[in-house]
Amino acid sequence: MQLNRRRIYFIGILVLAAAWIFVSVDRDGTSTAGLIPAPQAGFLAPDFTLETTAGESITLSDLRGQVVLVNFWATWCPPCKAEMPAFEQAYLDYADQGFVLLAVNAIQQDSVPAIDSFRADNGLSFPILLDTDSKVSRAYQVQSLPTSFFVGKDGVISEVVIGGPMAEALIRARIEELINK
Amino acid sequence: MLPIIQLGPLSLQAPGLFLLISLWIGITLAEKNAPRYKLSADHTSSLIMVALIAGVLGGRIAYVAQNPAAFAGNLGSVVSLNPGLFDMAGALVAALIGAAVYGQRKSLPLLPTLDVLVPFFGMLAIGYGLMNFASGNAFGAETNLPWGIELWGAKRHPTQVYEVFAALVTLNLLYPAKTDAKSPGLNFAIFVAITAGYRLFLEAFRGDSTLIFGGIRAAQLAMFVLLAAALWGVDWLKNKRETSC
Repeated sequence: MQLNRRRIYFIGILVLAAAWIFVSVDRDGTSTAGLIPAPQAGFLAPDFTLETTAGESITLSDLRGQVVLVNFWATWCPPCKAEMPAFEQAYLDYADQGFVLLAVNAIQQDSVPAIDSFRADNGLSFPILLDTDSKVSRAYQVQSLPTSFFVGKDGVISEVVIGGPMAEALIRARIEELINK
Repeated sequence: MLPIIQLGPLSLQAPGLFLLISLWIGITLAEKNAPRYKLSADHTSSLIMVALIAGVLGGRIAYVAQNPAAFAGNLGSVVSLNPGLFDMAGALVAALIGAAVYGQRKSLPLLPTLDVLVPFFGMLAIGYGLMNFASGNAFGAETNLPWGIELWGAKRHPTQVYEVFAALVTLNLLYPAKTDAKSPGLNFAIFVAITAGYRLFLEAFRGDSTLIFGGIRAAQLAMFVLLAAALWGVDWLKNKRETSC
């Protein structure tokens, strides 16, 4: 009797669970991920327009259809500097497959001469953008340097990497994954 | 959301810190739980450590095996500290194999050992919820409820808080164990049933669910299967105990 009562109780739990699954079916897609901009994986990468050190203007949304790595960095930040050679190598290897690297410099805590000197010393060829009023850093809620955002061809952030330096294998694996998507 | 804790010049990654703290408390609680089931506290902590080390190594090896091209010419990356170079499924399989090998070598009985590990798994569930709270992952669907939180451009269900609360209640219910130590495996089966139950319930409030078959949440289906298996386990263990009395 006790056995039967227990089994009826357990079956009741499973029936309730099944009912809850059907009640909570997401027919309309309640998730706003991918629809609104936010600095989180699954959301649209917040758009921005910034100037490079050479004075060229770059807008993130113009790069739709390409894989973008947005990296926040500064010349005084050792892990930022340590990952730059790996970024450069990845940029050289994947640029012709539709990969763009945007190195956004927190210029309020840095200087253009220091950036130019660092670029020359390390032979960096990817665009370095100047976040002169820190608006972009705020939009991306950057709390620590380096912070990197891998953005897919659809403009949606696929991964956020806080801290560094990133291993070259990680950079390559993520870029290849997004290029082949 | 608090991904970074700034201590002077030191930036601590809060999600990793929460996970480490929960692992440490979980191991301590499991060690304290061991004598109740006549198991050695040392064997319990060693079992967890072996599983963790095997999991870390297995997760990295599986990732390298799946992405050989990324490591070609960057062999140094194989031992890099980046947690992103990690395959979770490979880690779980390796952790299970590591734990099974250690358990067999030390002749640890399976069901009492699983009971001993309940507070460890309970703390892991709490740590996982805190990790998500710190990183903003596993976020909720939009809501107008007064306890909704502003996250990722909308007012959302604080699903991470729900999960931590549910995991805390579960741990409080099952540790110290109220079940008879003479019913080995029962406490673990109840833990799995409750955990699967609250995950199935709370998934409905998530804003990042993977949807299948016209909007059914995949995680709910997985939890339903786990719940059914756990309830079957509870029934089988209780039946075994009743017939042996």
